[in-house]
Amino acid sequence: MNKMTPAGQIVSSQTAAISIQNVRQQYPGRHSSAAVLALDDISLDIPRGEFVCLLGPSGCGKSTLLNIVGGLIKPTAGKVQVSGRTIDGPSPRDIAFIFQESTLLPWYTIRENFHVSFKFSRIARSEWQSRTEEALAAVGMSRFIDHYPEQLSVGMRQRVNLARGIALGTDIILMDEPFAALDEQTRMVLGEDLSELLAKTGKTIVFVTHSLAEAVFLSDRVYVMAARPGRLKTIVEIDEPHPRSPDFMLTTRFGDLRNQLYGLLRDEVREGLQIERKSSAAAGRT
Amino acid sequence: MIGDASNLSSRAIQLGFLALLVGAWQLLSSLGTISPLLLPSPDSVRIAFVKLVESGQFWSSLRVTGSTVLQAWAIAMIAGSAAAYAITRSRFLVAVFEPVIAGIFAIPLTLLFPLYILFLGIGPSSKVAYAATYGFFPVALNAIAGFSAVKEHYLRAAHSMGASAFATFRHVMLPASFPIILTGIRISFFITFASVLGGETLSSVTGIGKRIALAAELMEPAEMFAWIVFVIVFSVATNMVLSMLESRASAQ
Ligand SMILES: Nc1ncnc2c1ncn2[C@@H]1O[C@H](COP(=O)(O)OP(=O)(O)OP(=O)(O)O)[C@@H](O)[C@H]1O
Ligand SMILES: [Mg+2]
Repeated sequence: MNKMTPAGQIVSSQTAAISIQNVRQQYPGRHSSAAVLALDDISLDIPRGEFVCLLGPSGCGKSTLLNIVGGLIKPTAGKVQVSGRTIDGPSPRDIAFIFQESTLLPWYTIRENFHVSFKFSRIARSEWQSRTEEALAAVGMSRFIDHYPEQLSVGMRQRVNLARGIALGTDIILMDEPFAALDEQTRMVLGEDLSELLAKTGKTIVFVTHSLAEAVFLSDRVYVMAARPGRLKTIVEIDEPHPRSPDFMLTTRFGDLRNQLYGLLRDEVREGLQIERKSSAAAGRT
Repeated sequence: MIGDASNLSSRAIQLGFLALLVGAWQLLSSLGTISPLLLPSPDSVRIAFVKLVESGQFWSSLRVTGSTVLQAWAIAMIAGSAAAYAITRSRFLVAVFEPVIAGIFAIPLTLLFPLYILFLGIGPSSKVAYAATYGFFPVALNAIAGFSAVKEHYLRAAHSMGASAFATFRHVMLPASFPIILTGIRISFFITFASVLGGETLSSVTGIGKRIALAAELMEPAEMFAWIVFVIVFSVATNMVLSMLESRASAQ
């Protein structure tokens, strides 16, 4: 059954693919009083080969944490280690990013987009063609290799975008709400495919989402975060082998887990809204 | 289909307008109401042009003016895009320098032309420097607009893949801003061309501008008009080519 473990639980660091140690992130505001504490002393270890979700109210620092892990932002304090190496800037050999918006460049065809990404990541030219073809075949998009991104629907584009992220061949993939711009049916199907694709590869995935069903369906563990300041609240483990069939969604266990996450988040979201109301009332008074 | 047809008819009207202009010119000069010293006949201009080409004067002047324009234009393009790239590295720099560049561009820089003559003499280098200065502004302003408009998430993705600054420029920033920069480059060409001709007319030893000024001084209207007609035809043709390139780039 699902176990709840206290926040900040330490997994043996040999098995940890990503080790986040006492990370704090403060964004400077316009005035020193307006500085935002986006993350307050986060520590967690993500085991190798796991699919984990970051779940939490809007503004709790999920994107910030992901960007810190990927080396796009330097944290105010603390550090992130990937395979024992401290992160200091992007490390395209180990970590690939998939963002919410498709980042396929509109002036290149799908093939050219893959090749440019490989060039950016300094992958040997001899591998470009085979990697492109394999990745597109894996998501069933081979036919569109010479199309421009604009010729594809939003769902197809994000599918290709996903394939490209996987084609970069890193052990770790960070995804920031990759399906947020899609309709619900499309994101279900993409989620199923993603579960199937990644089951074979043993990659470590960190996935940010607002969808409770997506979190339960895809992940091995869900990190539930709290806002203001952003911190880790609890970890919910989802003990179900990959690849997961859509039937998993029909089980009572799925429903229970989903409800459990909702229960954890509801208070957070409520609190967030209340704080918002209070601070705007305070602003109105001055 | 409709686009093609209206395009065709607008071309026909433009050609008709041109024919009308030449016809009116012919009519006015053959009526003899305007002195041939002010308005030579089209035929005498044609003869003057043939003479210019045959004497070799046409080519030598064209070479001087052409190379002056090309040098100035190249400097303007390189300096303009380099400055824009440097400035757009930070939002603060854009806020500081964009209004400054736009402000200087609003000043008639012709005012400064005597300074260029003073410092660089009446040879081609003063014209190169003067025209390059003027041509710099439209390139820089358009490139600043173009580079600033590059979508943030493309840059973030390139950065996350470890792209070098050059690779990011080559594959993301340049293609994203190319249509806007091309507009700046086209405007820059005409400003450079006009500045070189103007500069040569004012103070120079050779070049097309100098030839036109000289022909006017020596009361050789046919030769002067031969040069003027050449410059007009050349400018219209260049504009057509550059506009075509530009619309092809933005259609991509
Ligand atoms: N560049 C920045 N400068 C200043 N403040 C920022 C910046 N980026 C994020 N923040 C603030 O930090 C906090 C966390 O932002 P973040 O984008 O990480 O949240 P999130 O959990 O990803 O939210 P969402 O679910 O809406 O995507 C927010 O309060 C946000 O306003
Ligand atoms: Mg976010």
